Amino acid sequence: MRRNVLPGLHLSLGITLFYVGLIVVLPLAALIFKASSLGFAEYWTIVSSPRSIASYRVTALAALAATVFNLFFGLALAWVLTRYRFPGRRLVDAMVDLPFALPTAVAGISLTALFSANGWFGSVLSDFGIKVAYTPLGIMIAMCFTSLPFIVRTVQPVLEDLDPALEEAAQSLGGSDWTIFRTVILPLLAPALLAGTSLSFARSLGEFGAIIFIAGNQPMSTEITALLIFIRLEEYDYQAAAAIASVLLLTAFAMLAVTNWLQARALRYTVKG
Amino acid sequence: MSTLRRKPPRVGDNPLFRSLLIGIVLILGALLILAPLIVIGVEAFRQGWKVYVATLTNSDTRHAIMLTVITALIAVPLNTIFGVAAAWAITKFDFRGKRLLLVVTEIPFSVSPIVAGVAYLFVYGLQGIFGPLLDAYDVKILFALPGIVLASMFVTAPFVARELIPLMQAQGRDLEEAATSLGASGWRTFFSVTLPNVKWAMLYGVVLCNARVMGEFGAVSIVSGNIRGQTNTLPLHIELLYHDYQAAGAFASASILAVIAVFTIIAKVALEGRGAGRRVKPAAILATPETRP
Amino acid sequence: MKIRLDTVIKTFETFRAVHGVSLEIESGELVALLGPSGSGKTTILRMVAGLEYADEGHIYFGDQDATDIPVRDRGVGFVFQHYALFPHMTVAENIGFGMKVSKVKRDKSEIAARVADLLRLVRLEGLGDRFPGQISGGQRQRVALARALAVDPKVLLLDEPFGALDANVRHDLRRWLREIHQELGITTIFVTHDQEEALDLADRVVILREGKIVQQGTPQEVCRDPKDAFVMKFLGDANRLTGTVSAGIAHVGDAQVDAPGIADGPAEIFARPRDLDWSTSGPGVAATVDRVLDRPGERRVIATASTGETLEFDVEPEQAVAKGEAGFVTLRRAKVFAVS
Repeated sequence: MRRNVLPGLHLSLGITLFYVGLIVVLPLAALIFKASSLGFAEYWTIVSSPRSIASYRVTALAALAATVFNLFFGLALAWVLTRYRFPGRRLVDAMVDLPFALPTAVAGISLTALFSANGWFGSVLSDFGIKVAYTPLGIMIAMCFTSLPFIVRTVQPVLEDLDPALEEAAQSLGGSDWTIFRTVILPLLAPALLAGTSLSFARSLGEFGAIIFIAGNQPMSTEITALLIFIRLEEYDYQAAAAIASVLLLTAFAMLAVTNWLQARALRYTVKG
Repeated sequence: MSTLRRKPPRVGDNPLFRSLLIGIVLILGALLILAPLIVIGVEAFRQGWKVYVATLTNSDTRHAIMLTVITALIAVPLNTIFGVAAAWAITKFDFRGKRLLLVVTEIPFSVSPIVAGVAYLFVYGLQGIFGPLLDAYDVKILFALPGIVLASMFVTAPFVARELIPLMQAQGRDLEEAATSLGASGWRTFFSVTLPNVKWAMLYGVVLCNARVMGEFGAVSIVSGNIRGQTNTLPLHIELLYHDYQAAGAFASASILAVIAVFTIIAKVALEGRGAGRRVKPAAILATPETRP
Repeated sequence: MKIRLDTVIKTFETFRAVHGVSLEIESGELVALLGPSGSGKTTILRMVAGLEYADEGHIYFGDQDATDIPVRDRGVGFVFQHYALFPHMTVAENIGFGMKVSKVKRDKSEIAARVADLLRLVRLEGLGDRFPGQISGGQRQRVALARALAVDPKVLLLDEPFGALDANVRHDLRRWLREIHQELGITTIFVTHDQEEALDLADRVVILREGKIVQQGTPQEVCRDPKDAFVMKFLGDANRLTGTVSAGIAHVGDAQVDAPGIADGPAEIFARPRDLDWSTSGPGVAATVDRVLDRPGERRVIATASTGETLEFDVEPEQAVAKGEAGFVTLRRAKVFAVS
């Protein structure tokens, strides 16, 4: 360890560890403790009940669909914002943050108003026989809204910093636009896309406020996992709430680990050999 | 003769492709981002000014606003102190477990607010670790202000730290070491050397943290107990009105939060103009993926 | 391939980078564009490549007007200042990229064989599987060259090819580039701000200043007969004296220097450090010695002329000269330019 002349290690580290310990670690440990105090059989019965499984399915599928949509839309948005100049660009750039700045409950009721059968979009869509509000599609749209900025904001800076000479080199070697995008630009964006995608997916899996208004919340079909936890709490079934919450928590941890691993792989060319 | 200042086309500069892509993005953006904002205003005034004003002056609404503001006034400064302390410890010193500390600090980003709420229940609730003890001494944490503040602090824990850490890492330790070697005290060094360089980044984190605290719904709805006129923050109040079939009232309350969101974005853009929020390349500092909301 | 630029003009938002440059480069020639930063040399190179478009004027490749041909169809090999190697591709993948994306389809084994040939040419056998981040700067430079050569370019363009390298590596690579050029005979243009590099390497040196060509010629021509004071100073250390010209003779102090073709009137006289000498008697410029610096093969004298100029020059190691001594600086050789 390097000798360090700066003061304040004990104070700053003390505050940090106290805060992280009290605010982050203690509650999560308590949750895991509570969940693990159930016997395995009991735990398994709760987390694998048909209603739980149905909630995982609708949550994961909607999150997956929303993430795939945002992968394309977010990349397109980041591309348009960095590569093109057009009137209103800065406004669009600022608006991208709205889903982060707007409270989820507010987003929830306003998306519901838009997509319900008599709403601006809902009335048009219902002419085509498409129902959004109170269906899994509504869950997906709420997830799209809340997680859109993740991909834009992770890809945008990388796209801005991309060395123009790389593109010029590829052009001078005869590559077409699509070839250059596919073989040079996209691989260089991959780590950022991956990071954004995983944050977007994680956020969608855990989203609550924006979804409960627009989802029908029908058990077995439009009930997301986060809501199921909430319902178990209201039924004073704390063990079930702990067990299902631990599933969400462990999923989040697993995603963090997988993302880190994938990122390291995607960046393996930067490791000195 | 060729026109002045032509640029050779870059990838994606084909005019048709360009217009098409801009068009698609703007239309989707308007539908998905702009429309929800506009509809709040429209719905809030659907039943006219009178209902709007009546909702906002209603005592339950006023109480919800007060509670939201008080929560932010407690949680945001505490979070800022933590953010500064964490950034100082992590960027100015080397110690074992630093990476782990970074990862743990970022965990709340990946955890569902509902999970956070449930977790707090198992610490301070009657069925939790400290619940029976707190109950015996009649200390109320859950279903009261402290619970709301704690849950808000969980969901926003990384907000200030994540702005400061990459910046202070990039700035290194030289300035502080120079100040210390000239005889400045630690506090003096921090306030006159470190803080001036990171103040905009700190404010940036504070603005985002504040927006999230004021808007937090999931975690707070579990720990607050939703007691009307007592533990309802503004987002919870919106839900209550909405489920009470008072849509206009719900949207009127939502309009306050929407206005705060718009001001948050304006402040964010202004602070970005001062160099805050510029991202250091991913993976350069943190092992975990980071975003800057 | 013969390259011809015809009064090419390029203006950027804020300033005019190239002011009407005309230049011909013969097939197989190795030409250096030499100039200080802001002289427009890189802009000219990028226009030849098609990475910038000329605002006015034309660029011909052979008889074909290439002015508006985009870079991907121009058939040039470009080596970027910082190499611009694709970081996520191995060395072999980088070199093979141009062949892989070419409209001319080649099968994998053909590409692999050519990549192996090129790796041998740039002496990087065995490094094909490394990533650019895992090899040294000099090796990256050679990969960049191999990548550019892989597409059989009509012309090879190099932007400050050795700018980012250590002095030693730079020296070796310079000789090596010369050898490759001799072997392949490909028309080559490179940009540099280092006069020694340009003189060592090029058949012909084009000296640029503020977007215009000041002088072009073989290294011998530009060294022996610099056209003006700028070229004289830019090519190497030079002492500047002032004097007067009358009837083709410049008078500086007591000394006289031939100044054929220079109009009568005030003039600037430039002399390299080796072209001045120290004498106690003259004829020359009266001066006082400020310092004497001893080096292995020479003595450098720094003196102040009676007219105020500081002069630096080299004398024989044996010559007796001491600080504070008064005497004369004599001129063995000098270039005279009329004061403009």
